[in-house]
Amino acid sequence: MAIRVIEDKCNGCGLCVKSCPQAAITVEDKLAIINLDLCNYCGSCVSACRLRAIAIEIEKQAKEDLGRYKGIWVFGEQFQGKIAAVVLELIGIGRRLADGRGSELAVVVLGDKLDKAASELAEYPVDKVYVYEAPELARYDGERYSRVLSDVVRELKPEILLAGATTTGRSFMSRVAVQVYSGLTADCTGLAIGKDDGLLYQTRPAYGGNVMATILCPYTRPQMATVRHKVFPVSPKRNSGAKAQIVRLNPKPQLFSSRSEILEFIEQCEATVNIVEADVIVSGGRGIQDPANFALLEELAKALGGAVGASRAAVDAGWIPYCHQVGQTGKTVCPKLYIACGISGAVQHQAGMASSETIIAINKDPDAPIFQIADFGLVGDCLEIVPLLTKKIRAMRGEV
Amino acid sequence: MRICVCIKQVPATTEVKFDPETNTLIREGVESQINPFDLYALEEAVRVKERLQEQGEEARVTAVSMGPPQAEQALREAISLGADDAILLSDPAFRGADTWATSYTLARALTKLEPDLVFCGMQAIDGDTGQVGPGIAVHMDYAQAPYVAKIESLDKRRIAAKRLLETGYEVCSVCLPAVLTVVKEINEPRTPSLRGKMNAKKAVIPIWKAVDIGALEDKIGLQGSPTQVVKVFSPPHREGGEKWTGEPIELVGKLVGLLKELEFT
Repeated sequence: MAIRVIEDKCNGCGLCVKSCPQAAITVEDKLAIINLDLCNYCGSCVSACRLRAIAIEIEKQAKEDLGRYKGIWVFGEQFQGKIAAVVLELIGIGRRLADGRGSELAVVVLGDKLDKAASELAEYPVDKVYVYEAPELARYDGERYSRVLSDVVRELKPEILLAGATTTGRSFMSRVAVQVYSGLTADCTGLAIGKDDGLLYQTRPAYGGNVMATILCPYTRPQMATVRHKVFPVSPKRNSGAKAQIVRLNPKPQLFSSRSEILEFIEQCEATVNIVEADVIVSGGRGIQDPANFALLEELAKALGGAVGASRAAVDAGWIPYCHQVGQTGKTVCPKLYIACGISGAVQHQAGMASSETIIAINKDPDAPIFQIADFGLVGDCLEIVPLLTKKIRAMRGEV
Repeated sequence: MRICVCIKQVPATTEVKFDPETNTLIREGVESQINPFDLYALEEAVRVKERLQEQGEEARVTAVSMGPPQAEQALREAISLGADDAILLSDPAFRGADTWATSYTLARALTKLEPDLVFCGMQAIDGDTGQVGPGIAVHMDYAQAPYVAKIESLDKRRIAAKRLLETGYEVCSVCLPAVLTVVKEINEPRTPSLRGKMNAKKAVIPIWKAVDIGALEDKIGLQGSPTQVVKVFSPPHREGGEKWTGEPIELVGKLVGLLKELEFT
């Protein structure tokens, strides 16, 4: 492994110097010099150089015949037989990738009593639904699930494996990636098949959304990615009425051992829906002033069929539980509509919501940073505006 | 009980900006800090230690970080916040590691320390992957509990942890040794004590290289990383749009019109 400056190409412009997060590059006599004690091979300078004068060379090759890996798989995350919303989004993008690659698309489901879930999945444009059923798999267990999926991946050799970037998906796929020794890219917002190389180009935000990076997994299989909610549209069902083939696989009982036992499940966010899956989020910050005022946001969210979010300030003040927090230390959301009420919009908050389709901000302070990214800004008191808005929407529907 | 905490030194990422004109990262004046989620992990480890010590049991917290030599600073800070000692994994051969190689490297070092409990933050704010904690558990063949919001009980053999899920919580009981990743909700980290600061100042932080932890050359650094970054670029820029002022009732009228137009009502 080596990084080097190609001397005849470098003109000492210094773009690489600015790009380097490690401050490892200097320019001397119109030539970039990389301090190898500081460089961590992140590749920022390679992207930044317009003259292609910096190269990272890796002597690496695949340890097995990658051509034996075929097909695209989607992990069919389910909870008590209910398919997670993100799975239908993954089927949509998965279908597109499979068509581009000329390969099959399959969903793999692990659980117990999956008849209904499997036949529902078969109505979508997938070629196969692999079903792994056992009472031991009824609830997600990291050890069991990853052992079972790693085993089937080794046996059936999919080329690509996608999962939702849910709490389950993110930790589950990390385990599988280590077990099968392949690459995993977290929280992708863009996926495409390379025209020339047929590889999966995985694009994801980093540094709190300030930077985008495209990542490849060239030498190992499967190429694995977790995908954010709401980035890709939900796949329509097949219109022909035809159904995908359901393939039942027999899990090996010796894979079921686990050192973890689930004692209890406590539902908390049931009153409002899961915010990462919501199309509309009405979010409140310091300007809400009092925990009781969150009821105003809840009513608006209800009228719009959405969920309630919050800024860190509101959560830290104890006004609303942490599972509602949007931002760097909370959740990243991408709804169709985000209404920020009394949220100043610090960069940490923006990191969690700036990719929403439409942003409406309501704030008393006309200079609040939230207005710099809001498509529509209302300068005013959200405590006055929100209830009026709810009332008007209800009146329009003849509900009052 | 031996407790280890994994610490990552990260840039204050919200200040890292991408300059679309020059296609470069602007990092001027961006300082380094301990990854915020790791502060919760550290705090929880120290609380567990203090509880055990109150019960007359021995307990020790060791902070471990993989990074460049300057990551020593983050480890000193960890000691000021209650860790007893720290180890820095630093070797040119570790550079360019993705989450696979990072979790392998940390696991090699942790295996040498033989901890009963390993705490990690749920993710780091620069990479945002959350993949290293579960990866460590697999590499070490330890039990795991990701996204822990509360420790319900702990004895020599098991730990009961309340885990944060999308729509609620799950309480699970896990055998020790185990790897826990923690969410923000778990505690409120303390500020450094005077004694902690003194300890941090005089602490000797050993540096372990690949050879010290028996890490295989083809599993560390860029060489051991299955993924490769091929392009870094600026996200689409978002501009502020119209700003409306006026009486609340007027604003609401306009907003209802907009919501109708966008087909939300």
